[in-house]
Amino acid sequence: MLKDVRFAKSHEWISPVAGGVATVGISAYAVEALTDLVFMQLPAVGRKVKAGESIGEIESVKAVSDLYAPVSGEIVEVNSTLPDHLESLGQDPFGAGWIVKIRPDDPAEIDALLDRAAYEALIGSQPH
Amino acid sequence: MSDSVTPPLPRPTSLRETPLCQWHAAHGGRMVDFAGWNMPVQYASIVDEHLATRSSVGLFDVSHMGRLSVTGPGALDWLESMLTRKVAGIVPGQFRYTLVTADAPAPVVILDDALVSRDSDAADGTPRMGLVINAGNRERVVAWLRSRLPATGVDLVDHTLETAMIAVQGPKGVDLVAGLSSGGDGTRIRALGNYRGTTATVAGHAAAVSRTGYTGEDGVEVTVAAADAVAVWEAILAAALPLGGRSCGLGARDTLRLEAGMPLYGHELGADSDPFALGLALAVNLEGRTFPGRGALTVLKARQPERVRIGLDLGSKRSAREGNPVLGGAGGEIGVVTSGSFAPTIGHAVAMALVAPAFASEGTVVEIAIRDARQQARVVGLPFYRRPPGGGKPPAAG
Repeated sequence: MLKDVRFAKSHEWISPVAGGVATVGISAYAVEALTDLVFMQLPAVGRKVKAGESIGEIESVKAVSDLYAPVSGEIVEVNSTLPDHLESLGQDPFGAGWIVKIRPDDPAEIDALLDRAAYEALIGSQPH
Repeated sequence: MSDSVTPPLPRPTSLRETPLCQWHAAHGGRMVDFAGWNMPVQYASIVDEHLATRSSVGLFDVSHMGRLSVTGPGALDWLESMLTRKVAGIVPGQFRYTLVTADAPAPVVILDDALVSRDSDAADGTPRMGLVINAGNRERVVAWLRSRLPATGVDLVDHTLETAMIAVQGPKGVDLVAGLSSGGDGTRIRALGNYRGTTATVAGHAAAVSRTGYTGEDGVEVTVAAADAVAVWEAILAAALPLGGRSCGLGARDTLRLEAGMPLYGHELGADSDPFALGLALAVNLEGRTFPGRGALTVLKARQPERVRIGLDLGSKRSAREGNPVLGGAGGEIGVVTSGSFAPTIGHAVAMALVAPAFASEGTVVEIAIRDARQQARVVGLPFYRRPPGGGKPPAAG
């Protein structure tokens, strides 16, 4: 699965569709850049979202960041234990650190996102 | 506000660097523009830096703060005529917190808050005075003070760029710096009372050491020549690391001072602030004194303020931020958040706010509008954090 994960420029990752549903999280790079995460607001299950729409908030000691939907679709599940275990975002981003599951309107939207090499090129060009 | 007393802040085209700037950048400091200076906001984790300062010791580069000397036979009397805090009774080695005010048609113009000090007297017995002011206000405060200098008898020199200042804060800070000083100097540093200072040789370099800081912890601030800054910083850090200490950025300094309930110019405190409403009455001495803005401050002291400074305990992980509206029982706006953050020592979010006096009693429950959410908060006394007794108490002077 890790090989096929795709990334949005806003640092969310999304898994391939399995059973009509894809899993979304944020990259280890984003967690490292934010540091000191203390609060997370998750979206409501059942919410219909458009790609690029804010679906939640991640707050560090210094600032609040939006979490964006990488593709359009419906939120079908959220990781409700995550806000009390934000360390999972950095320690196990593709496992316990998953954030939401989304039923994409058009699975082809996922293929149009950055593959791992393209994402690594993107973050390599950003100042730390 | 009168333009003549508050010239616009300069807009530097490139960031200023302290003598430690390159060290920070080379050691993982995340550099940001702070008041025109290229400063580390953090190295790795603000929370870790904050907690290391509370439990052991944290090093902070505060060289961006303005350091002025005021010397000459008229220095003490002139400062007495310029500052809200009495300077006349100050003894060598003593520091006082004061405001720098201007006289203007407006209610009062607070140019800055500052520490005024009296260093050891010159050989001929004349006092040598010092001022430490905020980085963002330095140019305009220096310009204002220069405009009020008498023709003779007082020399004002800005030493900011030729010196560095290292805050060594936390329960192990005083002992650590004393241990880097040779016998007599170390004894004198350990014996310093709060808001007292001395000259000393620290890690082999001439320094001024004062038991002052901005974190709510015990500790000292060490001022050295710019050329000695890296050597002194590295010597203090090498001694701090085995104790669980670490270098800290301005992010931790901000969460530390928030927990300690200390106002920050540009946030709680501003040009048109009422210091009595901010709980800063101790910084203003009106008795039998004359200084710029005294008349306006006398009026402010006698009246009921519209907004007073309070502490808010959110009890949540979600933080309020500066500018968030504070809402009263009927949902109307009764004030505004001036500083807010997750408080690492406390384990949840706290904030300072200016609110209508009717909502300022401890235990009052208000709401804060944070983006799309409403967060309940309870009014609590300041500070949020008080260091445990014992560890921070200076030993009896020997």
